[in-house]
Amino acid sequence: MKYLDEYRDGEIAARIVAEMRRVQTRPWVLMEVCGGQTHSIVKNGLDRLLPEGIELVHGPGCPVCVTPLEMIDKAHAIARLPNVIFCSFGDMLRVPGSDGDLFLIKSLGGDVRIVYSPLDCLKIARANPEKQVVFFAIGFETTAPANAMLAWRAREEQVNNVSLLVSHVLVPPALEVILSASGNRVQGFLGPGHVCAVMGYSEYDPISARHHVPIVITGFEPLDILEGTLMAIKQLEEGRATVENQYSRILNRQGNLPAQQLISKVFEAGDRKWRGIGTIPMSGYHLRDEFFQHDAEKLFDVAEIATLEPQICISGEILRGIRKPHDCPAFGTLCTPQHPLGATMVSAEGACAAYYAYGRHLNPQGADKLHQIVPELTPQDVTTLPIQERVHSHASR
Amino acid sequence: MPAAEDDLKTKEIVTGEGLVPFGSCPLPFFDHKQIVLGHGSGGKLTSELIDKIFLPAFRNPTLEKLDDQAVLTIAGARLAFTTDSFVVTPIFFPGGDIGRLAIHGTVNDLAMSGARPLYLSAAFILEEGLAVDDLRRVVASMRAAAVEADIQLVTGDTKVVNRGKGDQIFITTTGIGLIESGISISADRARPGDKVILSGYIGDHGMTIMSQREGLEFESAIESDCAPLHGLVAAMLAIASPHVSKATNDFIHTLRDPTRGGVATTLNEIAKHANVGMVLDERTIPVRESVKGACEVLGLDPLYVANEGKLLALVVPEMADAVLKEMRQHPLGQDAAIIGEVVETHPGMVLMKTEIGGMRVLDVMFGEQLPRIC
Amino acid sequence: MCLAIPGKVVDTYDQRGLRMAKVQFGGVVREACLEYVPETQIGEYVLVHVGFAISRVDEAEAERTYQALKDLDQLTELESPVVEELAETDEPTYSAWMKPGGLRQ
Repeated sequence: MKYLDEYRDGEIAARIVAEMRRVQTRPWVLMEVCGGQTHSIVKNGLDRLLPEGIELVHGPGCPVCVTPLEMIDKAHAIARLPNVIFCSFGDMLRVPGSDGDLFLIKSLGGDVRIVYSPLDCLKIARANPEKQVVFFAIGFETTAPANAMLAWRAREEQVNNVSLLVSHVLVPPALEVILSASGNRVQGFLGPGHVCAVMGYSEYDPISARHHVPIVITGFEPLDILEGTLMAIKQLEEGRATVENQYSRILNRQGNLPAQQLISKVFEAGDRKWRGIGTIPMSGYHLRDEFFQHDAEKLFDVAEIATLEPQICISGEILRGIRKPHDCPAFGTLCTPQHPLGATMVSAEGACAAYYAYGRHLNPQGADKLHQIVPELTPQDVTTLPIQERVHSHASR
Repeated sequence: MPAAEDDLKTKEIVTGEGLVPFGSCPLPFFDHKQIVLGHGSGGKLTSELIDKIFLPAFRNPTLEKLDDQAVLTIAGARLAFTTDSFVVTPIFFPGGDIGRLAIHGTVNDLAMSGARPLYLSAAFILEEGLAVDDLRRVVASMRAAAVEADIQLVTGDTKVVNRGKGDQIFITTTGIGLIESGISISADRARPGDKVILSGYIGDHGMTIMSQREGLEFESAIESDCAPLHGLVAAMLAIASPHVSKATNDFIHTLRDPTRGGVATTLNEIAKHANVGMVLDERTIPVRESVKGACEVLGLDPLYVANEGKLLALVVPEMADAVLKEMRQHPLGQDAAIIGEVVETHPGMVLMKTEIGGMRVLDVMFGEQLPRIC
Repeated sequence: MCLAIPGKVVDTYDQRGLRMAKVQFGGVVREACLEYVPETQIGEYVLVHVGFAISRVDEAEAERTYQALKDLDQLTELESPVVEELAETDEPTYSAWMKPGGLRQ
């Protein structure tokens, strides 16, 4: 497949790594932001190809992982309603709420459907005029254009039985949180390639400047990730800190203007709670007031279910790059993709799930050479108290 | 079969903080209160169901082997005995239909023990409202398949359920085959050094079904690889060679058809059963461009996609080339390839050298393989 | 973050006022919405995410950057300056902030 296969060439990969060795003089810690990048790294064993001392920590770029439990419970409550057709991308089906997941709801008779594109919901709504079609609109900025189009077309074409349950999150505020934490070890970023294809990358200049960190906007194929890593290392070695674009065949600095325009017509930025991290100001999208007719949060009055996160779960720290899945005593034992205890195991792109899927819990070659035990955290390091309690609690679930 | 207990065994985890190792595991082993779709996918959830519900109830030495077929000795003759249910949707698809699948699926389970398939039974559960013409079409297809597989359908049953209580048609077939003396093929015979041979392109059947459901179009038509493998197996077993004594066909240790759960799940089952490790080379695994494309688009991995006309063979190293050559001369083995080998290290685990030069662990699939979108 | 893959536009058409396309990925063809890259022509490559083309592939740029990767020389390990430095000293290779206690030491 063109523009995919050639970025999996083993020989060129070896050259990029050789170039890394040539320029590297000291250890560096980089964070790849997107869950898709994490997946690619673990699936291809890329972190094991890197020279000694280059460490990749995994970021919070998994929208499924960071969707708050309250939102998932709301989604499940709506999906259980008898006259609702609940539509979602495939990833959300296995995510457990406080009481089961969408698969279970389906098995109990709920009309839950996987869609490929948000526009499919319009077709379903027209074909089922007596039902309420609700679409679980989660994602980072990458998915916002598609979700915006659904809301826009629903209003334009007056398809009044379709609505969106929106849980959009934005990357730049999350990077701020990571860099501002006092336990932060991240010295450079592989930026989110597909998010920036939509939004451009001018938002990252102030972050790069303020914290003096290189941010290399990177793609997802093995050669992209290796090249992005090389560019970041070069900046670090040379003491530079700017935003660079590795993924230039796909995006430029301004991004996709028509997409940004429709996004701003449909959504507005607001505070959002991130699972495992807490509320980050101005870090999410909400539907604008004029779309109230298609806003599932306003249309469906679902009672708040008391949510309970397992104490042993450290996904908050994993999402901020402070810990790795190996650091968690429950990883691969109590906490598996079948019985996920927290955010980073529930989604196929969460760091824990990616590690598990590619067998890291089985650890055939002994301890991962890049696995580091991190410094002890102080109370000021965590943004919400419950996480700290989980770290130091000895109680089992 | 991988025991689900392993996931929840008490382990001492050493960390910098000295967290207490959890001695009493509070989670129940099998806490699903309802059956979910994932229980039928052939991955971890399925084996959990078997381990926790079926095995404890019916425990006996033959069942515990958990091969795809039971090998029974009756009055001096060794028989292979197997059963399978077919619930595929849509019932008609490029390359086959539920009837053809029902015949060849069971024929192949018998063939994987080295048996010559002889007789099948077929039980039909029909949904009220099913078009009789559709039933006719399915039955005609089964007749053709039976001829292809050299078997006779000798008994059967039909039931009808209310509209809405059965998805058009479900078929269960049960089969018996005869295993010649000197043939001993099963998962636990795998040995370090054995070569892993795959008989051809993977992912064709599963992606055909997926793409019918997802409305994918293909440039060059993709179709199910549903086919009877008994002829290919017979050809492989009949190889004459200085390495092989006339009395035994001992150079093929294991045969398995990678159906639900795909090649990765099947090899994991063998590895765990025989307590051996395996190492594969991603570059040697044959996948069609169209299947690759479909998998990319849907976010699926061909190694976990079902096949209905392929087999995996674990063969002693000195005979691997001869077997491969023989397979390539058979219409169903033309694209056969050696994709890896059995090793002593990391028993129970299957590793794969990736295209890019890294190393990846192939675990068993769990639950339903959901298309990854985001 | 999100699964988006590049494919070739093989047909374009309008559907209910929306610009749509048939996009080919390897041997598979799938529908995608072109509203966000309306100037795309048949034969060009786009990046598709959940049924929407969100970007066009700049083929010239792809060619240029890929060639740059191919032009990287493959030196042997022994020529690497990092290895020479390491050989000279017994000191641990990780700097202070990598040790337990981290940046606050």
